[in-house]
Amino acid sequence: METALSLAVANLLSPMVLFFALGMAAALARSDLAIPEAVAKGMALYLMLAIGFKGGASMAAHGLELRLVGAVVAGLVLSAAMPLVAYALLRSTTGLPPTDAAAVAAHYGSISIVTFLAAVQALTTAGIPHEGYMVAVAAAMETPAILVALWLARRGNAVAPGSGSLDGRGLREILLNGSIVMLLGSFAIGWITGAEGLKTLSPFIVDPFKGVLCLFLLDMGVIAGRGFREGRKSLTPQVVVFGLYMPLIGGALGAVAAILVGLSPGGTALMITLAASASYIAVPAAMRLALPEARPAVYLPLSLGVTFPFNLTIGIPLYVAAATWIG
Amino acid sequence: MLMHPKKRIEIVVEAPVVGRLLSVLDDLAVTGYTVLPALAGRGREGSWRREGLVGEAGRMVVVFCIIDAQRVDVVLEPVFKLVSRQIGIVTVSDVSVIRPEHF
Repeated sequence: METALSLAVANLLSPMVLFFALGMAAALARSDLAIPEAVAKGMALYLMLAIGFKGGASMAAHGLELRLVGAVVAGLVLSAAMPLVAYALLRSTTGLPPTDAAAVAAHYGSISIVTFLAAVQALTTAGIPHEGYMVAVAAAMETPAILVALWLARRGNAVAPGSGSLDGRGLREILLNGSIVMLLGSFAIGWITGAEGLKTLSPFIVDPFKGVLCLFLLDMGVIAGRGFREGRKSLTPQVVVFGLYMPLIGGALGAVAAILVGLSPGGTALMITLAASASYIAVPAAMRLALPEARPAVYLPLSLGVTFPFNLTIGIPLYVAAATWIG
Repeated sequence: MLMHPKKRIEIVVEAPVVGRLLSVLDDLAVTGYTVLPALAGRGREGSWRREGLVGEAGRMVVVFCIIDAQRVDVVLEPVFKLVSRQIGIVTVSDVSVIRPEHF
Protein backbone atom coordinates (compact mmCIF):
# COMPACT_ATOMS: atom_id res chain seq x y z
CA MET A 1 0.00 0.00 0.00
CA GLU A 2 2.84 2.33 0.96
CA THR A 3 4.64 1.48 -2.28
CA ALA A 4 1.50 2.21 -4.30
CA LEU A 5 1.05 5.56 -2.56
CA SER A 6 4.67 6.63 -2.96
CA LEU A 7 4.56 5.56 -6.63
CA ALA A 8 1.36 7.54 -7.14
CA VAL A 9 2.81 10.67 -5.50
CA ALA A 10 6.10 10.34 -7.42
CA ASN A 11 4.15 9.95 -10.67
CA LEU A 12 1.80 12.85 -10.01
CA LEU A 13 4.73 15.13 -9.15
CA SER A 14 6.91 14.01 -12.06
CA PRO A 15 7.72 16.72 -14.63
CA MET A 16 5.95 14.80 -17.41
CA VAL A 17 2.62 14.55 -15.58
CA LEU A 18 2.90 18.16 -14.40
CA PHE A 19 3.54 19.35 -17.97
CA PHE A 20 0.58 17.28 -19.12
CA ALA A 21 -1.54 18.92 -16.39
CA LEU A 22 -0.28 22.34 -17.48
CA GLY A 23 -1.36 21.67 -21.07
CA MET A 24 -4.75 20.39 -19.95
CA ALA A 25 -5.31 23.35 -17.62
CA ALA A 26 -4.31 25.77 -20.39
CA ALA A 27 -6.81 24.17 -22.77
CA LEU A 28 -9.60 24.20 -20.19
CA ALA A 29 -8.85 27.87 -19.47
CA ARG A 30 -9.06 28.50 -23.25
CA SER A 31 -5.44 29.64 -23.51
CA ASP A 32 -3.99 29.78 -27.03
CA LEU A 33 -1.02 27.61 -25.96
CA ALA A 34 -0.24 25.23 -28.85
CA ILE A 35 2.70 23.27 -30.21
CA PRO A 36 2.99 23.58 -34.01
CA GLU A 37 1.64 20.47 -35.74
CA ALA A 38 4.92 19.69 -37.52
CA VAL A 39 6.88 19.94 -34.24
CA ALA A 40 4.43 17.60 -32.49
CA LYS A 41 4.70 15.13 -35.37
CA GLY A 42 8.51 15.30 -35.23
CA MET A 43 8.51 14.74 -31.47
CA ALA A 44 6.18 11.74 -31.83
CA LEU A 45 8.57 10.19 -34.38
CA TYR A 46 11.55 10.90 -32.12
CA LEU A 47 9.83 9.21 -29.16
CA MET A 48 8.94 6.15 -31.29
CA LEU A 49 12.54 5.94 -32.49
CA ALA A 50 13.94 6.22 -28.96
CA ILE A 51 11.60 3.73 -27.31
CA GLY A 52 11.85 1.24 -30.19
CA PHE A 53 15.63 1.44 -30.37
CA LYS A 54 16.08 1.06 -26.60
CA GLY A 55 13.70 -1.94 -26.62
CA GLY A 56 15.68 -3.58 -29.43
CA ALA A 57 19.02 -2.89 -27.72
CA SER A 58 17.66 -4.35 -24.49
CA MET A 59 16.59 -7.50 -26.32
CA ALA A 60 20.04 -7.77 -27.91
CA ALA A 61 21.58 -7.61 -24.43
CA HIS A 62 19.28 -10.24 -22.88
CA GLY A 63 18.91 -12.54 -25.88
CA LEU A 64 15.83 -13.79 -27.70
CA GLU A 65 13.39 -15.42 -25.29
CA LEU A 66 10.59 -17.86 -26.08
CA ARG A 67 8.46 -15.65 -23.84
CA LEU A 68 8.51 -13.06 -26.64
CA VAL A 69 6.22 -15.31 -28.71
CA GLY A 70 3.96 -15.91 -25.71
CA ALA A 71 3.77 -12.17 -24.96
CA VAL A 72 2.91 -11.28 -28.57
CA VAL A 73 0.24 -14.00 -28.74
CA ALA A 74 -1.17 -12.83 -25.40
CA GLY A 75 -1.26 -9.26 -26.75
CA LEU A 76 -3.08 -10.39 -29.91
CA VAL A 77 -5.65 -12.35 -27.88
CA LEU A 78 -6.18 -9.44 -25.46
CA SER A 79 -6.65 -6.98 -28.30
CA ALA A 80 -9.22 -9.27 -29.93
CA ALA A 81 -11.05 -10.13 -26.69
CA MET A 82 -11.32 -6.70 -25.07
CA PRO A 83 -13.68 -5.21 -27.69
CA LEU A 84 -16.13 -8.05 -26.92
CA VAL A 85 -16.11 -7.13 -23.22
CA ALA A 86 -16.25 -3.39 -23.93
CA TYR A 87 -19.08 -3.77 -26.45
CA ALA A 88 -21.19 -5.84 -24.03
CA LEU A 89 -20.66 -3.28 -21.26
CA LEU A 90 -21.38 -0.32 -23.52
CA ARG A 91 -24.59 -1.86 -24.87
CA SER A 92 -25.86 -2.83 -21.42
CA THR A 93 -24.88 0.29 -19.45
CA THR A 94 -24.60 3.33 -21.73
CA GLY A 95 -27.41 3.09 -24.27
CA LEU A 96 -25.01 3.76 -27.14
CA PRO A 97 -26.29 2.42 -30.49
CA PRO A 98 -24.46 -0.63 -31.92
CA THR A 99 -22.27 1.33 -34.36
CA ASP A 100 -21.05 3.80 -31.73
CA ALA A 101 -20.57 0.98 -29.21
CA ALA A 102 -18.54 -1.05 -31.73
CA ALA A 103 -16.36 1.96 -32.58
CA VAL A 104 -15.70 2.75 -28.91
CA ALA A 105 -14.97 -0.94 -28.26
CA ALA A 106 -12.30 -0.88 -31.00
CA HIS A 107 -10.54 2.00 -29.24
CA TYR A 108 -10.44 0.13 -25.92
CA GLY A 109 -9.16 -3.09 -27.48
CA SER A 110 -6.38 -1.27 -29.26
CA ILE A 111 -3.60 0.65 -27.51
CA SER A 112 -2.20 4.13 -26.91
CA ILE A 113 1.51 4.21 -27.64
CA VAL A 114 1.93 7.48 -25.70
CA THR A 115 0.50 5.85 -22.56
CA PHE A 116 2.97 3.01 -23.15
CA LEU A 117 5.82 5.55 -23.44
CA ALA A 118 4.78 7.21 -20.19
CA ALA A 119 4.67 3.82 -18.44
CA VAL A 120 8.15 2.93 -19.73
CA GLN A 121 9.42 6.26 -18.38
CA ALA A 122 7.70 5.67 -15.01
CA LEU A 123 9.39 2.24 -14.78
CA THR A 124 12.77 3.74 -15.71
CA THR A 125 12.38 6.43 -13.04
CA ALA A 126 11.39 3.81 -10.45
CA GLY A 127 14.38 1.63 -11.47
CA ILE A 128 12.18 -1.32 -12.48
CA PRO A 129 13.58 -3.23 -15.48
CA HIS A 130 11.26 -4.57 -18.17
CA GLU A 131 11.40 -6.81 -21.23
CA GLY A 132 12.55 -4.84 -24.28
CA TYR A 133 10.25 -6.83 -26.57
CA MET A 134 7.15 -5.26 -25.04
CA VAL A 135 7.53 -2.76 -27.90
CA ALA A 136 6.67 -5.58 -30.31
CA VAL A 137 3.68 -6.53 -28.13
CA ALA A 138 2.44 -2.92 -28.33
CA ALA A 139 2.67 -2.98 -32.12
CA ALA A 140 0.85 -6.33 -32.30
CA MET A 141 -2.05 -5.08 -30.18
CA GLU A 142 -3.05 -2.22 -32.47
CA THR A 143 -5.00 -4.04 -35.21
CA PRO A 144 -7.00 -7.11 -33.95
CA ALA A 145 -9.39 -4.90 -31.96
CA ILE A 146 -10.35 -3.00 -35.11
CA LEU A 147 -11.26 -6.19 -36.99
CA VAL A 148 -13.27 -7.60 -34.07
CA ALA A 149 -15.13 -4.32 -33.58
CA LEU A 150 -16.05 -4.17 -37.27
CA TRP A 151 -17.40 -7.71 -36.99
CA LEU A 152 -19.47 -6.58 -33.97
CA ALA A 153 -20.86 -3.67 -35.98
CA ARG A 154 -21.81 -5.93 -38.91
CA ARG A 155 -23.36 -8.42 -36.50
CA GLY A 156 -25.47 -5.61 -35.04
CA ASN A 157 -27.01 -5.11 -38.52
CA ALA A 158 -26.70 -1.37 -38.01
CA VAL A 159 -24.34 -0.54 -40.82
CA ALA A 160 -25.04 0.55 -44.37
CA PRO A 161 -24.17 -1.80 -47.26
CA GLY A 162 -20.42 -1.70 -47.84
CA SER A 163 -19.73 -0.41 -44.34
CA GLY A 164 -18.21 -2.30 -41.42
CA SER A 165 -15.29 -3.76 -43.32
CA LEU A 166 -11.81 -2.81 -44.39
CA ASP A 167 -10.43 -3.48 -47.85
CA GLY A 168 -6.82 -4.48 -48.44
CA ARG A 169 -5.78 -0.85 -48.76
CA GLY A 170 -7.35 0.05 -45.40
CA LEU A 171 -5.70 -2.90 -43.70
CA ARG A 172 -2.32 -1.95 -45.17
CA GLU A 173 -2.74 1.65 -43.98
CA ILE A 174 -3.36 0.44 -40.42
CA LEU A 175 -0.61 -2.18 -40.37
CA LEU A 176 1.93 0.16 -41.92
CA ASN A 177 0.98 3.40 -40.20
CA GLY A 178 3.97 5.68 -39.56
CA SER A 179 4.13 5.10 -35.79
CA ILE A 180 4.22 1.31 -36.13
CA VAL A 181 6.83 1.37 -38.90
CA MET A 182 9.03 3.73 -36.86
CA LEU A 183 8.56 1.73 -33.66
CA LEU A 184 9.24 -1.70 -35.16
CA GLY A 185 11.95 -0.41 -37.50
CA SER A 186 13.83 1.23 -34.62
CA PHE A 187 13.32 -1.91 -32.54
CA ALA A 188 14.93 -4.00 -35.30
CA ILE A 189 17.83 -1.54 -35.69
CA GLY A 190 18.35 -1.49 -31.91
CA TRP A 191 18.32 -5.29 -31.87
CA ILE A 192 20.81 -5.54 -34.75
CA THR A 193 23.23 -2.91 -33.44
CA GLY A 194 22.88 -3.80 -29.74
CA ALA A 195 24.93 -2.14 -27.00
CA GLU A 196 27.32 -0.53 -29.49
CA GLY A 197 24.44 1.11 -31.34
CA LEU A 198 22.91 2.29 -28.08
CA LYS A 199 26.24 3.82 -27.06
CA THR A 200 26.42 5.67 -30.39
CA LEU A 201 22.89 7.05 -30.17
CA SER A 202 22.83 7.58 -26.41
CA PRO A 203 23.38 11.38 -26.52
CA PHE A 204 20.40 11.61 -28.89
CA ILE A 205 17.91 9.07 -27.56
CA VAL A 206 18.70 8.68 -23.85
CA ASP A 207 19.54 12.07 -22.32
CA PRO A 208 17.11 14.34 -24.23
CA PHE A 209 14.29 11.77 -24.02
CA LYS A 210 12.70 13.10 -20.82
CA GLY A 211 12.70 16.70 -22.02
CA VAL A 212 11.11 15.82 -25.35
CA LEU A 213 8.55 13.64 -23.56
CA CYS A 214 7.64 16.59 -21.31
CA LEU A 215 7.11 18.90 -24.28
CA PHE A 216 5.16 16.21 -26.12
CA LEU A 217 2.95 15.59 -23.09
CA LEU A 218 2.35 19.33 -22.76
CA ASP A 219 0.93 19.19 -26.28
CA MET A 220 -1.06 16.04 -25.46
CA GLY A 221 -2.41 17.84 -22.39
CA VAL A 222 -3.63 20.70 -24.56
CA ILE A 223 -5.27 18.25 -26.98
CA ALA A 224 -6.77 16.15 -24.17
CA GLY A 225 -8.10 19.30 -22.51
CA ARG A 226 -9.78 20.38 -25.73
CA GLY A 227 -11.12 16.85 -26.16
CA PHE A 228 -12.52 16.92 -22.64
CA ARG A 229 -14.10 20.32 -23.26
CA GLU A 230 -15.78 19.06 -26.44
CA GLY A 231 -16.67 15.77 -24.77
CA ARG A 232 -18.71 17.51 -22.09
CA LYS A 233 -21.21 18.38 -24.82
CA SER A 234 -21.46 14.94 -26.42
CA LEU A 235 -20.75 12.35 -23.69
CA THR A 236 -23.35 11.11 -21.23
CA PRO A 237 -22.27 10.42 -17.61
CA GLN A 238 -22.60 6.65 -18.23
CA VAL A 239 -20.18 6.85 -21.17
CA VAL A 240 -17.70 8.93 -19.13
CA VAL A 241 -17.86 6.38 -16.31
CA PHE A 242 -17.17 3.63 -18.86
CA GLY A 243 -14.03 5.55 -19.88
CA LEU A 244 -12.86 5.34 -16.27
CA TYR A 245 -13.67 1.73 -15.37
CA MET A 246 -12.87 0.05 -18.69
CA PRO A 247 -9.11 0.69 -18.25
CA LEU A 248 -9.28 -1.16 -14.93
CA ILE A 249 -11.08 -4.13 -16.51
CA GLY A 250 -8.61 -4.15 -19.41
CA GLY A 251 -5.74 -3.83 -16.95
CA ALA A 252 -7.00 -6.81 -14.95
CA LEU A 253 -7.16 -8.90 -18.14
CA GLY A 254 -3.65 -7.69 -19.00
CA ALA A 255 -2.41 -8.78 -15.56
CA VAL A 256 -3.85 -12.29 -16.08
CA ALA A 257 -2.15 -12.49 -19.49
CA ALA A 258 1.18 -11.32 -18.02
CA ILE A 259 1.01 -13.93 -15.26
CA LEU A 260 0.24 -16.69 -17.79
CA VAL A 261 3.19 -15.63 -19.96
CA GLY A 262 5.47 -15.24 -16.94
CA LEU A 263 6.56 -11.64 -17.47
CA SER A 264 8.75 -9.74 -14.99
CA PRO A 265 7.10 -7.06 -12.77
CA GLY A 266 8.19 -4.39 -15.28
CA GLY A 267 6.83 -6.37 -18.22
CA THR A 268 3.62 -7.05 -16.29
CA ALA A 269 3.17 -3.31 -15.64
CA LEU A 270 3.57 -2.64 -19.36
CA MET A 271 1.14 -5.42 -20.36
CA ILE A 272 -1.43 -4.00 -17.90
CA THR A 273 -0.85 -0.49 -19.26
CA LEU A 274 -1.26 -1.63 -22.87
CA ALA A 275 -4.49 -3.46 -22.03
CA ALA A 276 -5.76 -0.47 -20.04
CA SER A 277 -4.98 2.13 -22.67
CA ALA A 278 -7.26 3.27 -25.48
CA SER A 279 -6.21 4.29 -28.97
CA TYR A 280 -6.80 7.81 -30.26
CA ILE A 281 -4.71 7.91 -33.44
CA ALA A 282 -4.84 4.70 -35.50
CA VAL A 283 -8.32 3.47 -34.55
CA PRO A 284 -10.21 6.76 -35.11
CA ALA A 285 -8.77 6.98 -38.63
CA ALA A 286 -9.72 3.34 -39.28
CA MET A 287 -13.24 3.95 -37.97
CA ARG A 288 -13.72 6.95 -40.26
CA LEU A 289 -12.87 4.70 -43.19
CA ALA A 290 -14.63 1.50 -42.25
CA LEU A 291 -17.44 2.60 -39.95
CA PRO A 292 -18.30 6.20 -40.87
CA GLU A 293 -21.77 5.90 -39.27
CA ALA A 294 -20.15 5.85 -35.82
CA ARG A 295 -19.86 9.31 -34.26
CA PRO A 296 -16.30 10.60 -33.73
CA ALA A 297 -17.81 13.07 -31.24
CA VAL A 298 -18.25 10.07 -28.91
CA TYR A 299 -15.11 7.99 -29.32
CA LEU A 300 -12.48 10.71 -29.72
CA PRO A 301 -13.19 12.77 -26.57
CA LEU A 302 -13.82 9.61 -24.55
CA SER A 303 -10.49 8.06 -25.40
CA LEU A 304 -8.44 11.26 -25.44
CA GLY A 305 -10.22 13.46 -22.90
CA VAL A 306 -11.20 10.86 -20.28
CA THR A 307 -9.20 7.61 -20.45
CA PHE A 308 -5.82 9.02 -21.50
CA PRO A 309 -5.60 11.55 -18.62
CA PHE A 310 -6.88 8.90 -16.19
CA ASN A 311 -4.18 6.45 -17.23
CA LEU A 312 -1.44 9.05 -17.20
CA THR A 313 -2.19 10.38 -13.72
CA ILE A 314 -3.80 7.57 -11.71
CA GLY A 315 -3.62 4.47 -13.89
CA ILE A 316 0.12 4.08 -14.48
CA PRO A 317 1.19 4.21 -10.79
CA LEU A 318 -1.68 1.85 -10.00
CA TYR A 319 -0.58 -0.59 -12.71
CA VAL A 320 3.07 -0.42 -11.63
CA ALA A 321 2.08 -1.02 -7.99
CA ALA A 322 -0.18 -3.93 -9.00
CA ALA A 323 2.58 -5.47 -11.12
CA THR A 324 5.10 -5.11 -8.28
CA TRP A 325 2.61 -6.75 -5.93
CA ILE A 326 1.92 -9.60 -8.38
CA GLY A 327 5.62 -10.10 -9.10
CA MET B 1 -10.42 38.62 -72.66
CA LEU B 2 -12.12 35.49 -73.99
CA MET B 3 -13.35 33.25 -71.19
CA HIS B 4 -14.69 29.70 -71.41
CA PRO B 5 -17.38 28.22 -69.14
CA LYS B 6 -16.41 25.16 -67.04
CA LYS B 7 -17.64 23.41 -63.91
CA ARG B 8 -15.80 23.44 -60.60
CA ILE B 9 -16.38 20.47 -58.28
CA GLU B 10 -15.45 21.17 -54.66
CA ILE B 11 -15.33 18.36 -52.14
CA VAL B 12 -14.84 18.99 -48.43
CA VAL B 13 -14.00 15.57 -47.03
CA GLU B 14 -12.44 13.85 -44.01
CA ALA B 15 -8.66 13.50 -44.19
CA PRO B 16 -8.59 9.67 -43.87
CA VAL B 17 -10.58 9.39 -47.12
CA VAL B 18 -8.61 11.84 -49.23
CA GLY B 19 -6.14 9.24 -50.59
CA ARG B 20 -9.03 7.17 -51.93
CA LEU B 21 -10.73 10.23 -53.37
CA LEU B 22 -7.60 11.22 -55.28
CA SER B 23 -7.31 7.66 -56.61
CA VAL B 24 -10.88 7.94 -57.93
CA LEU B 25 -10.07 11.26 -59.62
CA ASP B 26 -6.92 9.73 -61.12
CA ASP B 27 -8.89 6.75 -62.44
CA LEU B 28 -11.42 9.13 -64.02
CA ALA B 29 -8.56 10.91 -65.79
CA VAL B 30 -9.45 14.26 -64.24
CA THR B 31 -6.73 16.44 -65.70
CA GLY B 32 -5.94 18.31 -62.49
CA TYR B 33 -7.02 18.86 -58.92
CA THR B 34 -5.89 20.81 -55.87
CA VAL B 35 -5.93 19.69 -52.24
CA LEU B 36 -6.01 22.21 -49.37
CA PRO B 37 -6.03 21.59 -45.61
CA ALA B 38 -9.02 23.05 -43.76
CA LEU B 39 -8.14 24.82 -40.50
CA ALA B 40 -11.44 24.77 -38.64
CA GLY B 41 -15.13 24.41 -39.22
CA ARG B 42 -18.60 23.74 -37.94
CA GLY B 43 -21.18 21.27 -39.21
CA ARG B 44 -23.93 18.92 -38.08
CA GLU B 45 -21.40 16.98 -35.94
CA GLY B 46 -20.30 20.16 -34.14
CA SER B 47 -17.24 22.39 -34.46
CA TRP B 48 -13.64 21.34 -34.83
CA ARG B 49 -10.16 22.87 -35.10
CA ARG B 50 -7.19 21.29 -36.81
CA GLU B 51 -4.84 22.21 -33.96
CA GLY B 52 -7.05 20.40 -31.46
CA LEU B 53 -6.72 17.01 -33.15
CA VAL B 54 -3.99 14.45 -32.68
CA GLY B 55 -4.47 12.31 -35.78
CA GLU B 56 -6.08 12.34 -39.19
CA ALA B 57 -9.55 11.50 -37.86
CA GLY B 58 -11.66 14.62 -37.53
CA ARG B 59 -9.47 16.68 -39.85
CA MET B 60 -11.00 17.94 -43.06
CA VAL B 61 -9.45 18.73 -46.42
CA VAL B 62 -10.78 20.53 -49.47
CA VAL B 63 -10.31 18.98 -52.91
CA PHE B 64 -11.33 20.89 -56.01
CA CYS B 65 -11.09 20.27 -59.69
CA ILE B 66 -12.33 22.03 -62.82
CA ILE B 67 -13.85 19.93 -65.59
CA ASP B 68 -15.92 20.22 -68.72
CA ALA B 69 -19.67 20.43 -68.11
CA GLN B 70 -20.24 17.23 -70.13
CA ARG B 71 -18.14 15.22 -67.66
CA VAL B 72 -19.83 16.36 -64.45
CA ASP B 73 -22.07 13.29 -64.07
CA VAL B 74 -19.27 10.87 -64.99
CA VAL B 75 -17.05 12.34 -62.25
CA LEU B 76 -19.70 13.01 -59.62
CA GLU B 77 -21.18 9.51 -59.53
CA PRO B 78 -18.10 7.61 -58.30
CA VAL B 79 -17.01 10.55 -56.15
CA PHE B 80 -20.37 10.68 -54.43
CA LYS B 81 -20.39 6.89 -54.02
CA LEU B 82 -17.12 7.21 -52.09
CA VAL B 83 -17.89 10.22 -49.91
CA SER B 84 -21.66 9.91 -49.36
CA ARG B 85 -21.26 8.10 -46.01
CA GLN B 86 -18.53 10.42 -44.76
CA ILE B 87 -18.71 13.84 -43.13
CA GLY B 88 -18.33 16.45 -45.85
CA ILE B 89 -19.84 18.56 -48.61
CA VAL B 90 -19.84 18.23 -52.41
CA THR B 91 -20.70 21.30 -54.48
CA VAL B 92 -20.67 22.07 -58.20
CA SER B 93 -20.39 25.64 -59.42
CA ASP B 94 -19.98 27.52 -62.69
CA VAL B 95 -16.59 29.07 -63.34
CA SER B 96 -14.81 30.68 -66.27
CA VAL B 97 -11.32 29.76 -67.39
CA ILE B 98 -8.86 31.34 -69.78
CA ARG B 99 -7.20 28.17 -71.09
CA PRO B 100 -9.99 25.60 -71.79
CA GLU B 101 -7.63 22.98 -73.16
CA HIS B 102 -6.27 22.44 -69.64
CA PHE B 103 -9.55 21.02 -68.35
